[in-house]
Amino acid sequence: QMSKQLDMFKTNLEEFASKHKQEIRKNPQFRVQFQDMCATIGVDPLASGKGFWSEMLGVGDFYYELGVQIIEVCLALKHRNGGLITLEELHQQVLKGRGKFAQDVSQDDLLRAIKKLKVLGNGFGIIPVGGTYLIQSVPAELNMDHTVILQLAEKKGYVTVGEIKSSLKWETERAKQVLEHLLKEGMAWLDTQAAGDPQYWLPALFTELYSQEITPEEAKEAIP
Amino acid sequence: SAKIVVHLHPASSNKEPGPFQSSKYSYIKLSFKEHGQIEFYRRLSEEITQRRWENLPAAQTMQVNKSPQAGRIRAVGIVGIERKLEEKRKETDKNISEAFEDLSKLMDKAKEMVELSKSIANKIKEKQGDITEDETVRFKSYLLSMGIANPVTRETYGSGTHYHMQLAKQLAGILQAPLEERGGIMSLTEVYCLVNRARGLELLSPEDLVNACKMLESLKLPLRLRVFDSGVMVIELQSHNEEEMVASALETVSEKGSLTADEFAKLVGMSVLLAKERLLLAEKMGHLCRDDSVEGLRFYPNLFMTQS
Repeated sequence: QMSKQLDMFKTNLEEFASKHKQEIRKNPQFRVQFQDMCATIGVDPLASGKGFWSEMLGVGDFYYELGVQIIEVCLALKHRNGGLITLEELHQQVLKGRGKFAQDVSQDDLLRAIKKLKVLGNGFGIIPVGGTYLIQSVPAELNMDHTVILQLAEKKGYVTVGEIKSSLKWETERAKQVLEHLLKEGMAWLDTQAAGDPQYWLPALFTELYSQEITPEEAKEAIP
Repeated sequence: SAKIVVHLHPASSNKEPGPFQSSKYSYIKLSFKEHGQIEFYRRLSEEITQRRWENLPAAQTMQVNKSPQAGRIRAVGIVGIERKLEEKRKETDKNISEAFEDLSKLMDKAKEMVELSKSIANKIKEKQGDITEDETVRFKSYLLSMGIANPVTRETYGSGTHYHMQLAKQLAGILQAPLEERGGIMSLTEVYCLVNRARGLELLSPEDLVNACKMLESLKLPLRLRVFDSGVMVIELQSHNEEEMVASALETVSEKGSLTADEFAKLVGMSVLLAKERLLLAEKMGHLCRDDSVEGLRFYPNLFMTQS
């Protein structure tokens, strides 16, 4: 009974693919629409490489390969940011790695690929901060307390115990525990030479807030 | 990086509209990240001196000029390109709306399939004993093809299908050598990257990989899937014995007095992820003690055990 329906559907899908396969690969907007519609009706086109969607529309290969690229970028930068990276930086790095002839990849694409990677048990997670996302790629335990502090730090790239106490109304002990955990995991760096309270910086946020391409001459001028 | 700055005269009053109405800058700065500036400068100077664009007859411009102003050479270049892009955009838009229409129709059909699978799943539940194993397996592969979650078990899509069995056997073949090269153990993300990079096309989804690996042990293949307490998943050779590796890890740590996961990883030539898991396992088995501080997590031989 079902196999007849299935064959019919397969034909429909083949027809669709012959007309619009390129659209899916080239148009990030179309991909979003496609994914959203699938989700609405309860279908996951990325569940398996053996699914019709993947085989005929080629959506699978696009996202699974993206997954590989995401894993590689995260691994390469882990020593610096402890396994936390902004979606923007991840996007930039992935685009760099893909080269100029590869298909365009949107941030939505990255998020969908990452959601699929979670099942591999490597601790992939998506943390919303200030309108964007931090991507976690290590199995460190980050609970709500940690997430809230990451969100607080997002504006300036760093946070102090004093700021945590005043904005979140936490006790010193709680703030310190959370910050120490982030330090241990390598996700935060401590600056004890700051004027005032010691500052806990998140390297994951560095490029977004502070990167500028400067020439060697400009660098020389900047040094007092 | 090298820069060339091109200063512009103010626009003439009969200038054609361009991409921008106005700009606060009166110059263009060209930046050469690697090289090319010398050659570019030479050609630019030449063209600016020769002004060949002022000699082009109207017929040779990129777009057909509708305005009949005699003798006027329309600024080609950017405006021409813009026009072409606009045309292309309009055509793409047309394609897209057709695509969206077709997509909606397709989704309606897909929705029917989802409903159908739910009703079949209910029948299966009711019949319970009357369904053959074969039919259940077939149903699962239908779900797999459509990307529908199993309505009965709600478990990961299409686990336990023939496809995954085949895949498991394939993996056993592909991973034997890489595993041996890496001391008998690899994280699942490493496996995912390795296998998909080798395939190039028809890649595996993460779920495909996990579902296939779950079947390794029951199929009596020489590899197995192992899940650590932290949730980290690895593939090990059957011959690999992590507990034995713990004994050698203890030796290494004792030799050095104490080690962090990073240090251990470098010494032994493992990934930091797996190094950490091994040290944690050693701790769980009582062989190592931890020193947890802001400077990092450091492991020492557990002297409480050995020197009582």
